[in-house]
Amino acid sequence: MSDKEQFEPRIAAFFCNWCTYGGADLAGVSRLQYPPNIRVVRIPCTGRMSPKFILQAFRQGADGIWVSGCHPGDCHYIAGNMYARRRFAVLKNLLEYVGLEPGRIHFSWISSAEATKFQETVIEVTNAVRALGPAKFMLKDIAPQAQREVA
Amino acid sequence: MQQRTEKIREAAKRLLAEGAVDVVLGYRAGTVPMREQPFAARSVEEADELVWSSFCCNNLANFLVRRDEKTAIVAQGCVSRNIVGLLQENQIDRKRLKIIGVPCLGMVSRSKVLDKIGNKTVFAVEEQGEELVVKGKGFEERLNRKELLRDNCFTCQHRNPVISDEMVCEPVQDAAGGDIDKMAAPWEALAPEERWSTFKEAFADCIRCYACRDACPLCYCHVCFVDESKPQWCGKTQDEADVQTFHILRAFHCAGRCTDCGACESACPMGIKMRVLTSKIEKDVRQMYGYTPGMDEKATPTMSVYRPNDPQDFIK
Repeated sequence: MSDKEQFEPRIAAFFCNWCTYGGADLAGVSRLQYPPNIRVVRIPCTGRMSPKFILQAFRQGADGIWVSGCHPGDCHYIAGNMYARRRFAVLKNLLEYVGLEPGRIHFSWISSAEATKFQETVIEVTNAVRALGPAKFMLKDIAPQAQREVA
Repeated sequence: MQQRTEKIREAAKRLLAEGAVDVVLGYRAGTVPMREQPFAARSVEEADELVWSSFCCNNLANFLVRRDEKTAIVAQGCVSRNIVGLLQENQIDRKRLKIIGVPCLGMVSRSKVLDKIGNKTVFAVEEQGEELVVKGKGFEERLNRKELLRDNCFTCQHRNPVISDEMVCEPVQDAAGGDIDKMAAPWEALAPEERWSTFKEAFADCIRCYACRDACPLCYCHVCFVDESKPQWCGKTQDEADVQTFHILRAFHCAGRCTDCGACESACPMGIKMRVLTSKIEKDVRQMYGYTPGMDEKATPTMSVYRPNDPQDFIK
């Protein structure tokens, strides 16, 4: 898609089962409007997040990544999000160090009661990724040449 | 160097003769100059092959994991720190380990020597104090050892072993003199839009031989992420996406554990400088969490702990 106006990003969103996933649910039940650009993957805890997941999403064509979990202190497994926080800090710095735009990768703490924060964050994340255009990093192009030409 | 070699042999022979250990891990001369190789001496006679030189670039801590014998190991600063790291991670048993500590003067980069003499074939290298005498067909050059140190040895902060059972000589000055904050994470100086192309170019030559992984004492997983097939997180091809995934993840796995021993770079047949990635992580960990890997056996590795007030400005 050459026209940036029309570009609709695909964002891989990894949500903790115990809070942000519930927050997303509440946003839906509350009929809060938000952009349909996120593809949600439910994970047991942000502590389960591996950098592999993030890179895999980019490799398969995600334009942005968003990981969201419980506020510090609220973790269902006591401290999964605290360990995750260190990992994300180091990973985010590393990815930006090798040239990933800062707006492609997002982290947030959203509880299951924060439907409005969820809505606001989807909008913020989607706008940030849309402004950057399609991701060209690390794309693993597995479609055969011929198929691509037809497409 | 000669003195260190003598002392290492002496200690190895004593330990083997006493039966205190079954094997002494050290270095012996390689089949070509400047390629000292890891060597496991199992008898007093074999211990005579042990050497110490400016080209002991492999990290011997790599050979301690999953080893059942009583082992002695020749360890300079970085290797001793990796031993501490492996102890922290419960990979080795301190009771079965004897550490022969060697205060290190830094290792010389073979590729820097070859660059300096114009890639001529080298027959022999002699060390005379601060000078290397490189000899080949029809030439003999005297080179300054300090200028040819590996990049990581230039910024080394811990040249003396942090743990040892015996030392082969008096400790040397701990820091090598290079400013680690200035040298680490070189791409931070680049504009954000230049970084990806620089990264791409820097790793474009990678042939996915995994020498960097195999040389690394941190990489002891039974199944490496590159070998996982369902799901396959990282393809096995030389496609640039696969190469980049491999190097980002490999570097990330070293977070809070890498002692900057430089074994990966020394092992790379393509001359890739993968320390540009690990040095960035090392710097971040040092600055954000105030942690230096491999210094304290009792400490918990930094990525396995947290503090309530860890930095989180980047989280919404």
